[in-house]
Amino acid sequence: MIEFKLPSMGADMDEGKLLEWRVKPGDPVKKGDVVAVVDTTKAAVDVESWQEGTMHEQLVGVGETVPVGTVIATFLEPGESAQGVAKRAKPPTAAAAAPAPAPPAAPAPPVEPVAAAGRKPVSPAARARAKELRVDVETIAGTGLQGAVTIEDVEKAAAAPKTGADRAAQMRKAIGAAMSRSKREIPHYYLQEPVPMARAVEWLARENEKRPVTERLLMGVLQVKAVARALAKAPELNGFWTDGAFRPSAAIHVGVAISIRQGGLIAPAIHDVERKGLDELMRDLTDLVARARAGSLRSSEMSDPTITVTNLGETGVESVLGVIYPPQVALVGFGRIDVRPWVEDGTVKPVSMTMASLSADHRASDGIRGARFLAELRERLQHPEEL
Amino acid sequence: MKRMSYREAMRQALREALASDPRVFLMGEDIGLYGGTYAVTKGLLDEFGPERVRDTPLSELAFVGAGVGAALAGMRPIVEVMTVNFSLLSLDPIVNSAALYRHMSGGQLGVPLVVRISTGAGRQVAAQHSHSFENWYASIPGIKVLAPATVADARHMLAAALADPDPVVIFEHVQLYNLEDEVPEERGTDIASAAVRRTGSAVSLVTYGGSLPKTLEAAAQLAAEGIEAEVVDLRVLRPLDMETVLASVRKCRRAVVVDETWRSGSLAAEVMARIAESAFYDLDAPLARVCTEEVPIPYAKHLEDAALPQPAKIVAAARATLGR
Amino acid sequence: MKADDIKSRVVEIIRTVAPEVEAGEIRPDRPLRDQVDLDSMDWLRVIVAVHEKLRVDIPEKDYAKLRTLDDWALYLQPKLERTAG
Repeated sequence: MIEFKLPSMGADMDEGKLLEWRVKPGDPVKKGDVVAVVDTTKAAVDVESWQEGTMHEQLVGVGETVPVGTVIATFLEPGESAQGVAKRAKPPTAAAAAPAPAPPAAPAPPVEPVAAAGRKPVSPAARARAKELRVDVETIAGTGLQGAVTIEDVEKAAAAPKTGADRAAQMRKAIGAAMSRSKREIPHYYLQEPVPMARAVEWLARENEKRPVTERLLMGVLQVKAVARALAKAPELNGFWTDGAFRPSAAIHVGVAISIRQGGLIAPAIHDVERKGLDELMRDLTDLVARARAGSLRSSEMSDPTITVTNLGETGVESVLGVIYPPQVALVGFGRIDVRPWVEDGTVKPVSMTMASLSADHRASDGIRGARFLAELRERLQHPEEL
Repeated sequence: MKRMSYREAMRQALREALASDPRVFLMGEDIGLYGGTYAVTKGLLDEFGPERVRDTPLSELAFVGAGVGAALAGMRPIVEVMTVNFSLLSLDPIVNSAALYRHMSGGQLGVPLVVRISTGAGRQVAAQHSHSFENWYASIPGIKVLAPATVADARHMLAAALADPDPVVIFEHVQLYNLEDEVPEERGTDIASAAVRRTGSAVSLVTYGGSLPKTLEAAAQLAAEGIEAEVVDLRVLRPLDMETVLASVRKCRRAVVVDETWRSGSLAAEVMARIAESAFYDLDAPLARVCTEEVPIPYAKHLEDAALPQPAKIVAAARATLGR
Repeated sequence: MKADDIKSRVVEIIRTVAPEVEAGEIRPDRPLRDQVDLDSMDWLRVIVAVHEKLRVDIPEKDYAKLRTLDDWALYLQPKLERTAG
């Protein structure tokens, strides 16, 4: 916050009477802008600003006389928000100043700690509590020293009714922008491949029968792992298209599309999927879904998926042909798992199936690579015990 | 319960020590005929005679050194040093002898010496009689450092100090001598723990000695604003009872340390460092301290007042930790 | 535990997973997943919460028996009585 003080406009000036405000609260102020007009007893003088910011509060009313050096207004610094900036007491006017000796001013705190440069001040306790409550401290206005987020701020934010509408609207906008860019820039090609799921379904049922409730696996975890394994055969699907070139990624961070209850969609990453076992992936997925819905994802999870997997089968659709999330170059979709007629050795038999699909960026790969990937994915899902 | 002054409590403690243990004797400048600069030993010369209440020459080095020797030889000397400023002359026998012998003799020699030192400012006796150096003593392994801040502690800490087989330095703040309070009859107190003097949950005010009454006054002012401060009296400056301090800080999540030593290298600095080491993740605001301004304590009343920690400064620091 | 109590406990648990659900909104005789947006992860969280709060383990093969709130009451009642006895 910038304090705008009544300057001395002449050696003999020791007070001034405010005649007019030229800038309203909320108005931007540039260097050289006239902020107010002040009567110095010699003349009405335009008082200019030497600083840049936004008018926050006018502390002196028109017609009031105050001594030189009085803070007559406060500006917000560029980038500073009005939240968390404390309101100031109005200064006493010269006329109102009593002749009796003023009581000694309350001493200032001995040291003003300096907030970390470029970082939102958050107390250690507040940060720890925010983690517990899965609240994003970046979204909280602080009320502590220098606008720091305190533990109380975090608890209030966690308890506050969710502004679902705001968040949903914002998310809608973000999805719109990303998907428009995708369809504008990425030449998609689409492939589909039916994948028999009987083995995976049976294996999962057997496995979950052995496991306590808290350690059961979901089919989604098998699918995510199978995708990571299959990517070994198609590295041109894993990575980013940036600055006109494909940059493959050695690590496989699979973004999982998670729908948000208030509306919208988010696809944060499970990191290093190729290196993790199913149990660990299940724990990661559970944690990720919970945090995605609580709105407390880490920025790395948001920004670094190298490929995305979406599963719309649960809503009952047969298949999904997704839109790639830029700058990624591929998206794998799974539809409903259903029993379907399947021809094998000249006979028709009922088999559990799902339709796996691939949307891929033709700049980074060709259909033949995509086809090889889907074949590999199908193969991997036939050996669930190896995942 | 009996009502008495801090000075009277100290005198009773000394009288009791002299009466109950023939090895105990007092030594110091002007403690006999004059009755002590702060009148603590008044009447004791008549009561116990010049063998046991000894006036000394003006040489802290000599008479504190003599105290170390007497303690080594099996006596239980209680040596009074008129002000902490003068105690600098006796640093050698305390720091280089008393504090070390247990260690250097492989545990064979103890120095059961008690040194009473008056400390602190506020009586307009100017810079050479007004400083606070208890933080220096509190940094020395081998001695215990006490700071009785209540009349009850003045009455009972001495006996515990005498019972200790190693040297104990007791700091008595000059502004406390006229403090009056009820003293419980039951004898005995520990010289190991800090004490919570007022409970609260908004901010911990950690202090000791002469700053305790100011801190309690600040806490009362804060309470009037709806801020319930907890006041922790360190009582023992070495070794520090951090358990009590940390429990309070963990509850309040904010702390202001109030200490009449100079800010740089103050005892407050040590307490804050330990809080930051052990309770960083419990903190909800930066740690703060109220210490003495880094000037020689001024003679003029208004300047002396301005240089020292005062309730208004403590209130401001406490408010700031709450963002107010 | 009475059937109604069981149903309200189950609704309570569902609300921890799907907070937008109003207690009175769920018809006990209609399929839950038609009325509440529960994907497989949500469903698993409900099952885990039932395990933690009511101390009843539900094997995966029984999921199909738990379509409506009435089903839940029918399914849990004998199990809860056993634990209580």
